Amino acid sequence: MSATSADALTLTVAGGRTTEAFALDVHFTLAPGVTTALVGPNGAGKSTIVDLLAGITRLHTGHISIGDRDLDAPANNVFVPSHLRRCGIAFQQPSLIDHLSAADNVVFALAASDRPRGPRRALRQPALDWLERVGVADVADQLPATLSGGQAQRVALARALATKPDVLVLDEPLSAVDIAVRTDLRRVIAEHMAQHRGPRLIISHDPTDVFVLADNVVVLEAGRVTQSGSPTALRRAPATQFVADFTGVNLIRGVAHRGRVEIEGTSSVLMIADTAADGPVHLRVAPNALSLHRVQPAGSPRNTWPATVVAVEQLGDIRRVHLDRPVSLVADVTPGAAADLELAPGSEVWVAAKATEVSVAPR
Amino acid sequence: MSSSPPDTATPPLPGPIKALAALGAALVSLPLVGLLVRAPWSSLLERLGDDIVIDALRVSITSSLAATAFVVVLGVPLGWTLARTDFAGRQVVRAVVLLPIVLPPVVGGAALLFALGRSGVVGKPLNDAVGLVLPFSFWGVVVANAFVALPFMVLTVEGAVRALNPRVELAAATLGATPVTVFLRVGLPLIGPSIVAGTVLAWARAFGEFGATITFAGNLQGRTQTMPLAVFVALETDRDTAVALSLLMVAVSMTVLVALRDRWWTS
Repeated sequence: MSATSADALTLTVAGGRTTEAFALDVHFTLAPGVTTALVGPNGAGKSTIVDLLAGITRLHTGHISIGDRDLDAPANNVFVPSHLRRCGIAFQQPSLIDHLSAADNVVFALAASDRPRGPRRALRQPALDWLERVGVADVADQLPATLSGGQAQRVALARALATKPDVLVLDEPLSAVDIAVRTDLRRVIAEHMAQHRGPRLIISHDPTDVFVLADNVVVLEAGRVTQSGSPTALRRAPATQFVADFTGVNLIRGVAHRGRVEIEGTSSVLMIADTAADGPVHLRVAPNALSLHRVQPAGSPRNTWPATVVAVEQLGDIRRVHLDRPVSLVADVTPGAAADLELAPGSEVWVAAKATEVSVAPR
Repeated sequence: MSSSPPDTATPPLPGPIKALAALGAALVSLPLVGLLVRAPWSSLLERLGDDIVIDALRVSITSSLAATAFVVVLGVPLGWTLARTDFAGRQVVRAVVLLPIVLPPVVGGAALLFALGRSGVVGKPLNDAVGLVLPFSFWGVVVANAFVALPFMVLTVEGAVRALNPRVELAAATLGATPVTVFLRVGLPLIGPSIVAGTVLAWARAFGEFGATITFAGNLQGRTQTMPLAVFVALETDRDTAVALSLLMVAVSMTVLVALRDRWWTS
């Protein structure tokens, strides 16, 4: 059975009706050893796809397979029930078994998946090891109702990983987690996803998750895949307004100290409003929070730096300017401003960012 | 367990409401006082040692426990099915299953007789095939008790299962747990308290059953005569024994209620 653990997962839903108001019309393949992020607006069909993979919802048309093993293929009368699918899923609601402790939830998963085989008593230590790996060994004997959102999500992750699944699916694993512990949990997820040999899918609302965790992105809008590719490719050429907004966020890595952030790989410094931040951080600046100038803006010299225009593209009523040096950024300007600045690939501009428009998160 | 702390403020209760509440309590407690006053205390032990009393107690306890076992084994799956599946005629099945709650028990007993009697629709083939005769037998008492008690378990379980979050069971299945494992190790324990409550309710209903029992199983001392039937007979012949039997039933019922109070009823 474990021979299939490095096969690709293929999902095709063609005109398949779901319970939602639209028809799901989707085809994608998840390669083994690659992390794919499924993103899209609320109600785009992401949860339906998770339920289809889990065997909770049945396909009307199309097929789902791992390698040459069909999981759901109505045309061939194949429907593999959830417990035989070997899809490890951490659901958005952790759905832990309420009357079992955190450790017993993992014991349940180990026993149910026969990995390792043995009496339930012998599974406690392996279960504790899994909890240790995701950083919640200290709550092993607590009931789910007493766990925080982040702890419950970690137990759900441990439970899914413990079954040694062919496919790993994490549905919004960070949505119910406090911002303060999100970074830490994201690191745990990244670590375990990297160790999983099979296909791995993460559903997320948060551009940071996608840029940090995913090798590949599939964008789902109103039941259709509107774009797919690497995060960088999507950012370079967003096909829809949703992708433009989603990928438009500038993510800058740096090291903060007393309101100053040294940008990684450069000698530039950004000033930020948050003087408490200290150590490695992610800075986020919206493209419309950056302004471009032909000469260095007078007045406040803070947070201005020269940059080179790489490309200018039209996104509806705005012009999205791709900049390079010292860091790769995008800035949105009005067509009038773009004309005044005579923006073209290769032109030199000054970029200005207000300190209050830069948000900081530890990484 | 969940009694409100004394410092929790509540709005004042109007006098007339308190008066009606006292009347309600009196309605239930006065007959009990009547029993206690009328009790033949001096000869009570002697009367409780009477064969009629001992036999009735034995039949009552064994038949009500056997009926409760049937109710658990059949009622939990039935309540579960009604809560979770959607088949044509589900509402009809549900209405029929709940019928014994409102049906006069004597009508239920008569219906059982027509169905399971020696010449009944099911009773005749059952008798011809395996020689099983239910009416006027101990197992007839068990069937009559189970008939009237089943709806209480079905209602309790159905409500509890409807309140369950099915995502917990669905997620457990994705971990590799078979439907049987999910049912036994996830679903059942989650509604455990409701099953216990349903069991107690069903037992209480079976223990006190009169009409269906006397109609379907008759009134044979040592075989089918339960405590309520013995009380009914004794009222005509020997009032003191009737009172002694009644006190015994009150004692058994109170013992069970009090024993389970702390776990399943909040005081």
